[in-house]
This record gives sequence, C-alpha cells and structure tokens, in this order.
Amino acid sequence: MVLLGLLERGPGHGYELKSAHDDWFPSAKPLAFGQVYATLARLERDGLVEAVETHQESGPERTVYALTDEGHAALRQWLAEPEAPAAYAADDLVRKTVTALRLGLDRARFLDRQHAAHMALMRELTGQRAEVAEPGARIALDHRLAHLDADLRWLQETRERMNRDGVAS
Amino acid sequence: MTETEVVVAASGVQLSFGSTPALRGASISVARGELVALTGPSGSGKSTLMHCLAGVLLPDAGVVTFAGRRLDEMSADERTLLRRRHIGLVLQFGQLVPELTALENVALPLLLDGRGRKNVEQAARQWLEQLGVADRAGIRPPAMSGGEQQRVAIARALVTSPDVVLADEPTGSLDTVTGELALEVLVKATRETGAALVVVTHDHRVSAWMDREVVLRDGAVEAPVDAAP
Repeated sequence: MVLLGLLERGPGHGYELKSAHDDWFPSAKPLAFGQVYATLARLERDGLVEAVETHQESGPERTVYALTDEGHAALRQWLAEPEAPAAYAADDLVRKTVTALRLGLDRARFLDRQHAAHMALMRELTGQRAEVAEPGARIALDHRLAHLDADLRWLQETRERMNRDGVAS
Repeated sequence: MTETEVVVAASGVQLSFGSTPALRGASISVARGELVALTGPSGSGKSTLMHCLAGVLLPDAGVVTFAGRRLDEMSADERTLLRRRHIGLVLQFGQLVPELTALENVALPLLLDGRGRKNVEQAARQWLEQLGVADRAGIRPPAMSGGEQQRVAIARALVTSPDVVLADEPTGSLDTVTGELALEVLVKATRETGAALVVVTHDHRVSAWMDREVVLRDGAVEAPVDAAP
C-alpha cells in the first residue's frame, strides 16, 4: 500500500520507489529491490498499477509504473480506514521479561541489560534524528522513539513493582 | 579517564535531610565535554547529587571536586565564584529574574562578576541571538512563552563560558515539542562551547541525547551495565 502512496505522487520505476520508501522511513529496514519488483508485479496483476513506459539509458531496462484508477481508489480506501491499534502484549520483549521475572533468573540484571539495550538504540535513533531535518522523516523516527520510551517506562514500572511485590513463578 | 580530564566528580557522597537519607555514597565522574544524563526514579537523589556537584549543597560525607579541587575545602565565597565563573545552571522553570529583561537576565552573571557593561551586553546579545531569541531581548520573562524563557535561561548559563552546565529537568515544564527544541538548543550550544553537560531527567528521550546515562537508585549510583549486544 505504501508503494501505491509513493506512486500517487507521480509515475516512477522500481529504483525510484525503493529510494523514496527509504527516505520516507529512515528507521525501517531498507526495502529490498526484489521485494519492490515482486510487489509491483502483484499490483499490476491486480490492476492497481500499470506499466506506462519502458526505457533504457546506460543501465538496465527500467519500467515506469503509474497508478490506475483502481489503484487511486484502493489507496484512498486504505487511508480512509484507521489502522487497528496494535496489541504489543505478546511481543518478544514481554515474553522474555515475564519469563525472566517469573523464573527469577538474574532478574535485576536482566532489567538492567534490557534498559541498556533500549537506551543504546534510542541514542542511535536520536543521533540519526538530529541529522534529519525533513519533518516527515523525523515523524517516522519519532514513532520508534516513542515506543522505545514506552518500553523503558514499562521496564521501570516493572522493576518498581517487582521490588515491592515480587513476582510469582 | 585521567585526573586532568575530569571536570567535576563526586565520590562516596552521603547527605541526609533530617533523618531521611537522600544520598548514600553516590559517586560520579564527568569528563570535559561529556554529556551525561542523571536518571532514576523519584526520590532516588538525582537532583540532590546535582546540587552537590554545583556546590549548592555540601555533603555530610564524601568528596566533591571541581577540576581536582575539593569544594569542602573552599570558602563559601570561593564556591560562589566557582559557580559564577565555571558552572552554568539551568533549572526546570528557568528561574529568571522577572523584573529584568531577557538581555539583563543573561548579562547578570557577568555583571555580578564585575565585567564592563558594554562587553557584557554584547556577549549577552550574542547568546540571545545564537539561541534564537534575540527579538526578546527587551522583554521581561512573564511576557515570554515557556520555551523562550528556557532559551534565555540556557543563554544565561552559557554566557560565562562555563566548564560544565548542570541542568535539572530543563524541559520538565515544557510541552514535548517545545521541550525538545529547548533540549536540542541546550545540547548543541553546550557542545559548541566544549563544556560538559549533566542533565537530571526522568525522561528517556532526554537521556537518549546524552553520551552516557548514570542511574541513581536509593541514593547510590547503580553499577554501569554493559550495553547488551
């Protein structure tokens, strides 16, 4: 769907779309070329994009894709539906923390290490963020920072709760 | 870390308020130019430790040194001079003098130090400009926004070219975006002067701006933890 969003701005070929994606989401894993082409092929099959031009300059052959009317509509529809708030309750951090606390295996050190790991990533992203002036890219990084911040607050509350009440195994 | 690189340090500091111990042997060492976050739960003693580093509070036991000199061996006047010339303080609500304009607030530490009015004003004006509040020079703090007040407070802390800036929850009274801008300004301006920065905060996002985090718990510094892989 993000590819449709990128094409909403105007036609583009795979490499341009990959670059634009990575600009939009600097904190996400860079998009693999294979993934871009596979997705474009699927979107073309579904009638959401179409090849409008093929040209070859010095490099490999490049196909320029554009949104079809159906593609525009699908994008509008996607944006019109709010994203279901994600339940993070079952993610690996919680599983590991709960397991560590319930088993009582080196629990204080576990929380220390987790805190340090989160803080290291936050520091790295904060550094990246300072280099990024464009507000849209900052907003994408902010999402990760806000979640890390929430995790850290939860870890701290967990430590306080554990110190006060202990945790049953 | 060699002795000459350490700008301010506390070693085994203990301090009680009445019968309530606030610090139970806290130690910290801050190198020149280093950015340190002092964190910990409410009541862990982080603000108290910062005030000991500033020489505002004197510990019951333990030693605080500034550039290798023990604060407890200085006279009160010497400590005041030290604070005025070598330490910049930024507090949660700015603590500007409400009767003075922004320019006069920033100039104050230099005027107290007996510097000539003309140079002082020029320096104060430069700092207001650097922090993006030059147009507020003639305004008094109550007529400024919280973010502007905090920028003026940062200018006041940096105008003396201190060796270390100590900040206690500097963004605590500001909304998130304003606070972040103020923090960015504080970090960049401090880095440019080469001063060390110690920020007391409970906000992880503030900590993430710093080179290093020192965690206090129950009045003592936690053993540093190796960053997990």
